[in-house]
Amino acid sequence: MAGTVKVDQILDCKGLLCPLPVIRTKQTIDKMTVGQVLEMISTDPGSVADMQAWSRRTGHELLEHRTENGLFQFYIRKAK
Amino acid sequence: MSTMLDKSLNDLIEAKVKELLDQRVETLVEEKLKKEKESRRKRLAIAVVSKGTIEAAYSALILATTAAALDMEAGLYFSFFGLNILKKGNQDSLKVVPLGNPAMPVLMPNIVSVLPGMTALATLMMKREIKKKKIATVPELMQIAIESGVKLWPCQMAMNMFDLKKEDLIDGLPDPVGAATFLEYAAEADITLFI
Repeated sequence: MAGTVKVDQILDCKGLLCPLPVIRTKQTIDKMTVGQVLEMISTDPGSVADMQAWSRRTGHELLEHRTENGLFQFYIRKAK
Repeated sequence: MSTMLDKSLNDLIEAKVKELLDQRVETLVEEKLKKEKESRRKRLAIAVVSKGTIEAAYSALILATTAAALDMEAGLYFSFFGLNILKKGNQDSLKVVPLGNPAMPVLMPNIVSVLPGMTALATLMMKREIKKKKIATVPELMQIAIESGVKLWPCQMAMNMFDLKKEDLIDGLPDPVGAATFLEYAAEADITLFI
């Protein structure tokens, strides 16, 4: 993903548990401009399903998510 | 003869136009209602009444703050012992009660749980885990809830019952209300919960 899409901001949620990764993502994306891409990194396995649900509900586009060595990375494009 | 023909033709046209117009208006109204329903934010309403314990505060606040993060509206109504959660300086001293709680991580039989100091011990143990695992604290979630526009209504009757004034509660709360205000809000909710 890195290399194909420009990441505008990175949010480190490592070590945080539900509901904080979702809440911090929302708080961060609210301060960004439409079209910008946020990379969120978490260690909470629950955030994989939660971030997809969050994206469907809010309309912000989840471009991709990856799992690597216990790290979960999400790339989200602000939609509105 | 021709006027009679004109008249029946006019009637026919009129009836047809009316029918078409009715149909059109009906579709437009339906579309508008559908659009309104879709564009309206989903709403979560929770009545927090049963307990003023740590787990009651967590359940309510996690759901409410997450609802706000999902672009939903959320309103919580705190009554009876739930009001405890809104008391100033109280968010750090909420307790977990082991007595009659069969799901305690360390099994505490009721005969032990009934001893003085057991609630404090169980609370201390749970708080240690919360800190160690970097779980959001109750004051933190409360702050996020207020900042993201979640309504935290204190119940007026419970305030009278426990002799509480508005200044005894944390800042940033709406005025205390009665059951009717919460029910009016909950009547339009998509999700209603009772904690």
